[in-house]
Amino acid sequence: MSPLTTLAQELDDRQLPLTSFGNEPFWLTIAKTLFVFVLLVLMTLFSIVFERKVVARMQQRSGPNRVGPGGWGQSLADGLKLAFKEDIIPALADRPVYLLAPVLSAVPAFLAFSVIPFGPKVSVAGHETALQLTDLPVGVLWVLACASLGVFGIVLAGWSSGSTYPLLGGLRSAAQVISYEIAMALALIAVFLYAGSLSTSEIVAAQSDRWFILTLPISFVIYVIAITGETNRAPFDLPEAESELVGGFHTEYTSLKFAMFFLAEYINIVTVSALATTLFLGGWQPIWPFSQVAFLSEGWFPMVWFLSKTLVFIFFFVWLRGVLPRMRYDTFMRFGWKVLVPAGLVWILFVAGSRTLVQEIDDRRTLLLVGGGLFAAVLVVLLLLPAPKPRPEQALGTDVTPRDDGGFPTPPMDLVVPPTPRSLARSSVRAGDPSPAPTPDREA
Amino acid sequence: MPAPVDVLAVTSTGEAVTFWVLGPLALVAALMMVLSRNAVHAALFLAAVMLSLAGLYAAQDAPFLAAVQVIVYTGAILMLFLFVLMLVGVDSSDSLIETLRGQRVAALVVGLGFAALLMGAIAGAVVQSDGTVAAVGLEEANAEGNVVGIARLLFTDYLFAFEITSALLITAALGAMVLAHKERTEPRTSQRELARLRFTSDHPWPLPGPGVFAGTNSTATPALLPDGTEAPDSVSPVLERRSAERAGGPDNPLPRGLPGGDR
Repeated sequence: MSPLTTLAQELDDRQLPLTSFGNEPFWLTIAKTLFVFVLLVLMTLFSIVFERKVVARMQQRSGPNRVGPGGWGQSLADGLKLAFKEDIIPALADRPVYLLAPVLSAVPAFLAFSVIPFGPKVSVAGHETALQLTDLPVGVLWVLACASLGVFGIVLAGWSSGSTYPLLGGLRSAAQVISYEIAMALALIAVFLYAGSLSTSEIVAAQSDRWFILTLPISFVIYVIAITGETNRAPFDLPEAESELVGGFHTEYTSLKFAMFFLAEYINIVTVSALATTLFLGGWQPIWPFSQVAFLSEGWFPMVWFLSKTLVFIFFFVWLRGVLPRMRYDTFMRFGWKVLVPAGLVWILFVAGSRTLVQEIDDRRTLLLVGGGLFAAVLVVLLLLPAPKPRPEQALGTDVTPRDDGGFPTPPMDLVVPPTPRSLARSSVRAGDPSPAPTPDREA
Repeated sequence: MPAPVDVLAVTSTGEAVTFWVLGPLALVAALMMVLSRNAVHAALFLAAVMLSLAGLYAAQDAPFLAAVQVIVYTGAILMLFLFVLMLVGVDSSDSLIETLRGQRVAALVVGLGFAALLMGAIAGAVVQSDGTVAAVGLEEANAEGNVVGIARLLFTDYLFAFEITSALLITAALGAMVLAHKERTEPRTSQRELARLRFTSDHPWPLPGPGVFAGTNSTATPALLPDGTEAPDSVSPVLERRSAERAGGPDNPLPRGLPGGDR
């Protein structure tokens, strides 16, 4: 029996099989599409204010508090304001590409969300349907494909603006996203191995007894670091490091085109949070004590679980931005290529190896022996590796001559501070000298 | 020859619509790629070709191939193209003189030959022994799911080719690393050592900024010290040298009294 059919049989009766997607009535698909679109726009409006308020709390400020109740209408007002701003196209811009770039950035951001499951099957006007726009046998790859298309928007915006800062921001972003995409894909492979599928709904179903954050913690850590780099969020927001690059790739964009980049950035954050929830936090499935209650884990209610898990993730991103300083570019790239990618490879090797061992060897005793033997072999190899040579402390060059005493910034040890006029006056008064102290000019 | 009716019988309406939308789009984009003069525009048209192909693959029940087409070709390889184009600068005008003699003829011959090979292979696959055209075997190939079917083939029948390809790619990556590698002759200076060097130099503080916006908006304007003299460090030596060259040689230093300057 093939793994997929077994999985389909193991599927909860709360969920519909993968083949049911795409055979729904037309109006239902339209309704779901609208729902996803509205949800994403609302989440963007919400998370911008949310981020500003949370970061403000972390910095002992109160954040936006003028527009709407409690300031929650701030991003709506900002969006309206952006729409009425003058639309400027720089003279040196490459016009068609300049106009295309914001669209290329925003559209894939929306598309990626179409395979995210919000909840189990529900009944809408007599039709049984899953709370998910669609699902593919390659669902997670679809999200990755959309992410890689979104980079085009950033890179082309940087290039077509015909200006230096956007170009540098676009180049940084391209290098960053390509290198962190590799680490991200490596982190996902372990999930695919455990779930036996690339489809998001089946990955959620595979976590019905244990979430993958428990079985694959290292994948989760690598994934979270990688998506922080992938979405250009602090501490990895080098493409738009405002102290170095002004605004980065969108420096030359104004009005609605700028708003589209803004929208795309926040939708991407929501999408990666939702994907992390789907892949590692059990998707719409409730946390343990509540999973025993039937009405909390079927029907419409699980959408609450899904949205709250996503919100926790968004809060985590905001938290990171509040507490971490921006990394330097070379350390950032070195971390991606020399730490994250090798760690991901070794972890996949370990996961695949241990899974093969568990599946091939039925006997518990043999399993323990083989596993222990492999572990001992790794330890022996690590012991036999030559120890790294200690770095010689580099002496300062002889061409550097220390400054003479009195030079900046060290004051000389025998420094004598000349007495100030005021202290002179005070001491003379105390000594009973009636002659007046040297006075400033205005009294003279 | 098989009748076209047979082809229509195995093609659904949705698939036909997808083909007649994406096919011409891919063709036009491919032509524009060859004809466009701007390298970045050409790369974008290539991206359009690849996305159209991905859509066609998806319509042919090959979702894995479609996703990989987008991720690998559009996402990684074309992005690398764009990256290199931006690094070298697209504004450098392309030379329109052909250095390879007869490359157009060669390209035409090879292209036609490739098309013939491709059509022959596809015809061999879809024309049945009784002369009818029918694509069979897709259901069997996708029986366990598209991804599992591809994985099973890759790791059984085509394992050798798969491993050879990966060895080739790793060799290429290693070769690129060897070519680009620069041997470090001395240990890298750490942040601590840099700080020590800086504070034992005669100039631990940052250089003064230029006098921009004090009287002019040119970065070639020197800043003024408190006593009114010009701070010589405040103008980049590159600017000094360049303007000296422009003014006719190193003997003629930075021209003073720039427009807007008040000295």
